[in-house]
Amino acid sequence: MNHLPIAPVLLPLIAGSVLLLSTRWSATARHAFSLAAVAGQLATALMLFATVRDGTVLVYALGGWAPPFGIVLVADRLAATLLVLTGIVACASLLYAVARDTGAADPRFHALFQFQLLGLQGAFLTGDLFNLFVFFEVLLIASYALLLHGLTPDRVKAALHVVVLNLIGSGLFLLGVALIYGVTGTLNFADLARVIPALTSADAPLARTGALLLLVVFALKSALLPLGFWLPRAYGAAAAAVAALFAVLTKVGVYAVLRVYPLAFGPQAGELANVAEAWLLPLALASLVFGALGVIAARSLRMVAGWVVLYSVGSLLVAVALFSEAGYAAAIYYTVHSTLASAALFLVVDLIAGDRTTAGDRLDTADAMPHGALLGSLFFVTAVTVAGLPPLSGFVGKILILEASGGHPATALIWSSLLGAALVVIVALSRAGSAVFWRTLARSEGARPLRPSLAALAAPVAILGCVAALVAWGGNATAFAQAVGRDIANPHHYIDAVLGGDQAQPDDRRRLR
Amino acid sequence: MEALFAIAIGTLTSCAVYLLLRARTYPVLLGLTLLSYAVNLFLFASGRLVMASAPLTDQGIERFPDPIPQALVLTAIVIGFGMTALMVVLALRAIRATGGDHVDGGER
Repeated sequence: MNHLPIAPVLLPLIAGSVLLLSTRWSATARHAFSLAAVAGQLATALMLFATVRDGTVLVYALGGWAPPFGIVLVADRLAATLLVLTGIVACASLLYAVARDTGAADPRFHALFQFQLLGLQGAFLTGDLFNLFVFFEVLLIASYALLLHGLTPDRVKAALHVVVLNLIGSGLFLLGVALIYGVTGTLNFADLARVIPALTSADAPLARTGALLLLVVFALKSALLPLGFWLPRAYGAAAAAVAALFAVLTKVGVYAVLRVYPLAFGPQAGELANVAEAWLLPLALASLVFGALGVIAARSLRMVAGWVVLYSVGSLLVAVALFSEAGYAAAIYYTVHSTLASAALFLVVDLIAGDRTTAGDRLDTADAMPHGALLGSLFFVTAVTVAGLPPLSGFVGKILILEASGGHPATALIWSSLLGAALVVIVALSRAGSAVFWRTLARSEGARPLRPSLAALAAPVAILGCVAALVAWGGNATAFAQAVGRDIANPHHYIDAVLGGDQAQPDDRRRLR
Repeated sequence: MEALFAIAIGTLTSCAVYLLLRARTYPVLLGLTLLSYAVNLFLFASGRLVMASAPLTDQGIERFPDPIPQALVLTAIVIGFGMTALMVVLALRAIRATGGDHVDGGER
């Protein structure tokens, strides 16, 4: 058996545990160790990506227990793409955290960072619903602690809301899992895909309730309206490096929708075919528009960045909600783009806030910034990416979504919301940029701005470099996204790989009824 | 048996929802605890309620309970316990940081 798929779970687990014990290390040693661990995870993700690039599905059965009974980790193109994305964002945000010494307040910051990665990477790799729940909890409990890091009153308040909401979400998740297990007798994704089409009409309503409860949970994690109000305040309050990593966190909800619904509740699912379709599109369009309005209403740069996350999740879920091959392809491309763009925005905003001695990140008239030209250009490039203007990747992503929606009954609504919201975001970002960089007073004497170090600058620049690569190799990236879209729309390959092509009918197995 | 079980879960859930809608952190915390009890019972019931049978399985026994929900519910209890502990600490922190136990911070 190829042991590569377990590495993204084991590496952060071991590194995090070592870091927990590292209280006597010097800060330099701790920084070097966690940077090396994150770099190792990026390298592993890249190796995994190279292995599954051609469409192979790597299945890792823990303890050798054959699926559908044992626990499986499954690495396919979708999971590998998200692992690489996580690796890139984790490297950049950890580099920023080290450069700004975010972990100085509490040495456990670096251990929590690793546990956060453990939860994220596990959630992307797991092959069954219950372990998805477990990894969700791992990533959530690490994220609560990371969000609280520094313990300012703002963070405590935001974290209280996030924790309560997510605990209720976990309860609903378990209810959904129990309902689905109760009628199907399995939680393995591939096995569910085989059992659900054969459900009787007496069992189908229970499974439908379970599926829609899970949708509520995934909507909460991905901050879809009306469950997304917690996000801008929480992300706006978090330390910059943490907020940048959290850009991946919302994408876990989107990933779960992409993984579960086309596979188990897709068009082939009999009575439960396309259960999520009627709900997802209207809610996604609403969050898109609402997110854009939030961006324009925000009064500080951090809140702008927080609302941008909501806006980009909205656009992303519009693509997912089309439930078509082209829609999935657009969603993959847009996921990669929007995660990188939001992470870069959080880092750049923090650099700006550090450089403005009196006003911080508020959109007020303040003293001119000592490094205004440099940070202004960085902000400009990031804003162009976020708003989806040519020539950067946001534009390509938006075109892919618009193209994919052609032929859908709601095309006119989708086009007008997407383009209208994009216009609002452009206006909001230009207003924010001009307020911060142009409407300034003379520089006062004696102010001591936080000088942006080379490493702190390198982090957002590296992310923006990846965004540029996404355009420079746009043809390859789009072709790959389309291949992933095909995988999601035709899950037979995934199902055969997990269940070993054993096409035994579900009734053959011993059912405990 | 089924009716009793269902009524118990329903009562726990409705109490939990009522408490979750309170404005102070302590009732919310109790609400979360009750909700997790209800959820754990529900999860346990997904393996069907079987009476007068072997606890796991034995040679030649036809009726036995499904072990998987029991394993799931154990995991869920452990996770729920950890989360509740975190929530208690966080609620205490919030009182210290914001000067009150209102869920929106401070004393309202």
